[in-house]
Order: sequence, then structure tokens, then C-alpha cells
Amino acid sequence: MALIEVQNITKIFGSAPKKELAKVKNGMGKEQLLAETGHTLGLNDVSLSIEKGEIFVIMGLSGSGKSTLIRHFNRLIDPTDGHILVDGMDVMGLSNKELEDFRRHRMSMVFQRFGLMPHRTVLKNVAYGLEVQGIARAEREATARKWIETVGLAGFEDQYPSQLSGGMQQRVGLARALATDSDIILMDEAFSALDPLIRSQMQDQLVELHEKLHKTIVFITHDLDEALRIGDKIAILKDGVLSQVGTPPEILLEPADDYVRAFVRDVNRARVLTVGTVMQPPALRITHDNMEKALADMRRNDEDFGYVVEDKEFRGVVTQEALAEEVAKQGETPSLYAFADDSSVVELENTLEEALPATLEADYPVPVVCEDGRLMGVLSSEEMGSALTPPDELENGETEDAANKDASGEPAKADVLKEAS
Amino acid sequence: MAFDVFPDIGKPIRTSTNELVDFLVVNYGDGFEAFSNSILFLLVRLERVLRSADPVVILVCVGLITFAASRRWGLSVAMVAAMWFIGALGLWEQAMQTVAILLVAVLISVVIGVPLGIISARSNRFRSLLNPVLDLMQTIPSFVYLIPAAMLFGLGKVPAILATIIYAAPPLIRLTDLGIRYVDEEVVEASRAFGATRWQILKGVQIPLALPSIMQGINQTMMMALAMVVIASMIGARGVGETVLLGLQRNDAGQGLLGGLAIVALAVVFDRITQSAGQRMQAHRKVTG
Repeated sequence: MALIEVQNITKIFGSAPKKELAKVKNGMGKEQLLAETGHTLGLNDVSLSIEKGEIFVIMGLSGSGKSTLIRHFNRLIDPTDGHILVDGMDVMGLSNKELEDFRRHRMSMVFQRFGLMPHRTVLKNVAYGLEVQGIARAEREATARKWIETVGLAGFEDQYPSQLSGGMQQRVGLARALATDSDIILMDEAFSALDPLIRSQMQDQLVELHEKLHKTIVFITHDLDEALRIGDKIAILKDGVLSQVGTPPEILLEPADDYVRAFVRDVNRARVLTVGTVMQPPALRITHDNMEKALADMRRNDEDFGYVVEDKEFRGVVTQEALAEEVAKQGETPSLYAFADDSSVVELENTLEEALPATLEADYPVPVVCEDGRLMGVLSSEEMGSALTPPDELENGETEDAANKDASGEPAKADVLKEAS
Repeated sequence: MAFDVFPDIGKPIRTSTNELVDFLVVNYGDGFEAFSNSILFLLVRLERVLRSADPVVILVCVGLITFAASRRWGLSVAMVAAMWFIGALGLWEQAMQTVAILLVAVLISVVIGVPLGIISARSNRFRSLLNPVLDLMQTIPSFVYLIPAAMLFGLGKVPAILATIIYAAPPLIRLTDLGIRYVDEEVVEASRAFGATRWQILKGVQIPLALPSIMQGINQTMMMALAMVVIASMIGARGVGETVLLGLQRNDAGQGLLGGLAIVALAVVFDRITQSAGQRMQAHRKVTG
């Protein structure tokens, strides 16, 4: 079972949300509900599974309900309907006292505008979670100092938040969340208020910390580039309804609907997709050292290229032409393993951007190898081209229209897409 | 006249109010007296200390308190000079009486007003009930409640203090309410997210961040309390108000002016001390990054 199970969460804002719940369950949409009852549908039947140790990104535009959703996790907002299970325990069933305890030890949170206490120094801000838990001063300040150092703010312990830059303030926010040693961290647009350069530094730092600490992170953002960069999994939310949940390549390569398609259009795909997600199996594997036999194999399969593998280890590429020439020569034929050309290879973890020069230079699909030298597949310039083309340009016309219509209904989107690009 | 546009409801209100006051005096007189004595107990002690102390000691104290609140020597000297001026006017004794009444009235206002302001910030319903009461407290002429107060507590300092509280507490309640409501929502949410109890949020976040506003409220309460000293002296509270009142009764404009100057000097001293204390509390906000 997943660490966090979000089960059919529905949230209606208004004077009598419970009363209007039935209407929503019978399929009434957001606009109609607002027009008929004056209630706002924040979230509609959202279900998610978040695995232990992953960075789960919830993405959506302003008004999509993403901030509302994350506040359900620690019950800063109570749902109108539905449950959230953490380790199988229903958060909705907690009493006030249990809820306080849950917030103290299981989940901490980082806020968009940092949520720091202006009257407390950096040290006391970071120690706040521990202070609330009732931990003695010396102990909590020692822990706080450790985390201040981890986020790179050593020396600023006695400054007030207003004396720090935005990026530094958010590091304080991050240190405060880490200091309670909770296993889940909620991050509500944590980097959205920061400059682009600082933002990418913070993203790197977060990924680095995550690799070290293995915490489960639920991250909210309106920036798809950010989502793709840090997310192990991404959920896309639109008007309180989930559009798609998937890994970054799944979102990019198989967008579930026009909304997601419009979103992914402006993403720099070359930087996000890795070779592993677009490669194909090699047409012809040659697993022996015999040149004549290899030539025969290639002719029989009508392939111009062969990929030579010795004991699972990749040795190089041979073309039919070169092979035929070499076989026709007089004298001792060299070993096929030595003859094969292993000069152009790309690695499985490379991004398409990194693999691009090799792919364009070679006149055959470039072999893809993993760390231990095994041949995993091949990458042709055609595959590269189609992976880098946004989906709506593949199926021209109608999707373009749909995306435009979508954009007109949601004025904020144009800006956000620009920002994401 | 066959038809009267105005049915007489004035008379029943008047009689029933009088009956109520009489009823309270007859049946709960002891209770009111006990309450009155507990306030008097505090007041008399404070007044005795202030009046029996050597004026030089008081002047030094004023200087030190000002310095503690403002960290500015110039201001401290100016405040000492203002107090010395009152003494030089020949109104030192009266000023000490007024200060004692003022401090007790403000203390009680804080004890009642800050909690009311906090409750009001938390509950819109309570606020909508409280607001008209506060409006009434600030607008109804003080003589209206001085009459029953004098009957219940007797003439003297206690009804004067009560009248002062009724007039002066509302701004403190309102500014406490406002200060707490204006605390950054995200900061409060952050402390909730870390599992703080309501009391921890109130004590550690809301009150400290609302403190400048609360200090402003205390300042306003002091100023309004000073405005009441003349009326308070009419029911026997003594103090500098009495000097003004005597000037009025004897048609002695000079004496009235002396009392007025002493009140202004006291107002300046109290205002500057509380203002600078309030400003120093927001020291963390001055630095901008």
C-alpha cells in the first residue's frame, strides 16, 4: 500500500457544502454549481497514491485546487467528502490532539511566501517545530543549527527573516520543515516566489537533499518545467479534477487530454526526456566474432548496420559496406570485436539534448549503453525528431483549436505557459 | 388628541431604570462595596507610594523608564523636564493623584480589553455583538452612567475609574482585534502546520505580531483616560482635574490654565513613553532586505 492514499476527496466552499455534495456527485460541474447555489467546487473526486520516498508533484494553474488539495493532507482544510490515509491511518478520523501530534511528527510544510515568523531569528524559526513539540531549548537549538548548516545558512542564525533575501528565507523555511524530522514534507509552491536562477539552485538542492534523506515530498507548482525537473511522478489538476498522473516522460509523450497537451507544448523536451525513454531495440545484434557470418547475417536480414555485442558488453557498430570490403580483402581478417566502431555511443541516462550531437553526426541509429557497458537499444535521428516534436503538432488542426479555446477560458494560463518555457 | 404619534415609553424606561438601580443598591450594596474596596485597595497603595516618594526619585524614575522604552537620552531628558514643569506649576501632588487613577484605570482596561479583543478577533459573531456595545461606550455621555455609578459605589475615585474605563477601553479592544486579524495568515497557517495548539499560536505568533497594534491601543486608552480627568474630578476623584474644575467654579481662568497645562504635560509624557515602547517592539520590521 502506498504511503499516502488520497481517496475521492471532494471539497466544496460555501455556506452549506454538505447539502450541495449530492449535486456534485450527480455530475454537476463547477460553473453550474456556482451559478445555481453560489458554492465553489474546489476539488472534485480526487484520488492519488503517493509512494514512500518519492517526490510527487501536483501541478495546476491558479484556481485548479492544488493548494487546497495539499492543505487536506495535514487537514489545514477539511474535505467535504473523502479520506486521506497515511500509512493506512485515516487522517480525517483524528481528534484535535491526535492531529496536532500528527502534524508535529509526520508532516511538515514549506510555504510559498515562506511563512516565517518575522519576530524570531533564523535559529528560532528553524527550531519552531521542535519548540512546539516541547523539546528543551538546548536540544532544539542544536538540531536547528545542524539543519541551518545543511541548507547553507551557517552564520545567519541570529539574523531576522527580513534581513535575508527571498532564496535565503525559503532555505530557512526548508530547514524548519526538515528540523522536525517528519517523514513527509509538503511544499506549497515553495519556489514560485523566487528568481529563476535561485529557483533552479533550490530545485537542485531539494533533489540533492531528497537523495540523501529519502523523505516523501509532495510538491505543488504551476511550473511544468519545475515539475518535470524534480518530480518522480506528476499529477496534473484542472478545475479541481485530475487530468493525468504519470512519470515525466509519460506526461510529455502521452498527454491524456488537450489540457495537458497545451501544457507540454512549450516545454523544452530535449532537456527533460532521457535517451532511455525514446530508444528502440536494435535491429540486428551480432553476438559472435566471425566477420563472414556477420556479413551473411546482415545480408539475410537486409540490414545496413549491425550492433556487435561480446558477452553482453557492447563493442561497436559495423556497416554492411565496410564489412563487405574488409572480408573481400586478402590476408588475415581481424577480429570483428576490434573492427567494430565504438566511437559514437550515448548513455541511457543522457538527456536528448546531450545525445543530440552524436545522433546527428552518425549516419546510423546511435547505440545506447547503460553504465556497465551493455547495449540497451538504439536512438535514430527520426525517433529523436518525433520525441522532440510537441504532440499537437503531430496531429495538427483540431487539437490546436481546442488548446486555444482552453486558453481563452483561463486567462492566467498564457502567462504561466510563458513562464514554463 | 384622539391619536398620539408618540406613545410614552420614556416614563417606563425611566422608572424601571431607577427601580433597578435602587434594587441593586438595596440588595447588592455589599457586593458593590467589596468590588469598590478591591479597586480602592490597589489605588490607595499606588497613590501613597507616588505621593510620599521624594519628587526627585519620581523624576529619575520617569527618566529611566523613558530611556528603557526609547533608548534615547534626549527624549528622557525632555520627559523629566515635562514632569518638573508640572511640579513647578505647583501641581505635583495633584498630578500624582491623577497618575495613580490613570495607571489603575489603564491596568484594568488592559486586563479586560486585551482578552476581549482576542475573542473578538476569533469570532465574527462575538465581534458583531461587541461592536455596538463599544460604540455605545464611546458615545454615551459619561454623566449618564456616572449617576448610577456614584449611587452604587459612592462618590470618589472608584466611579471615576469605572467611568474612565468605560470611555477609554474601547480603542484598546478594537486595536487588539485589528492587530490579531492582520497577522499574516500564512504565518499562522505555518504554525498550525507544525502542530501548534491554539494557545501556542496565540502566545507565540498572534500576540507578539499584534503587539505594535496593542501598544497603540494602550497609548490611545491612556490619552482618552487623560481626557476624562476633569469629569472624574466632578465626582470627587481629586487630581489635576480638580484644579481645572476649581478654576471653572471660581471664574479663575489662570488656575484653569495651570490645570490644563499639567494635563497636557502628563499626556505628552505618557504618549511618548508608550509610543516609543511600541516602536521598539517592531525593531525586527525596520530592517528591510
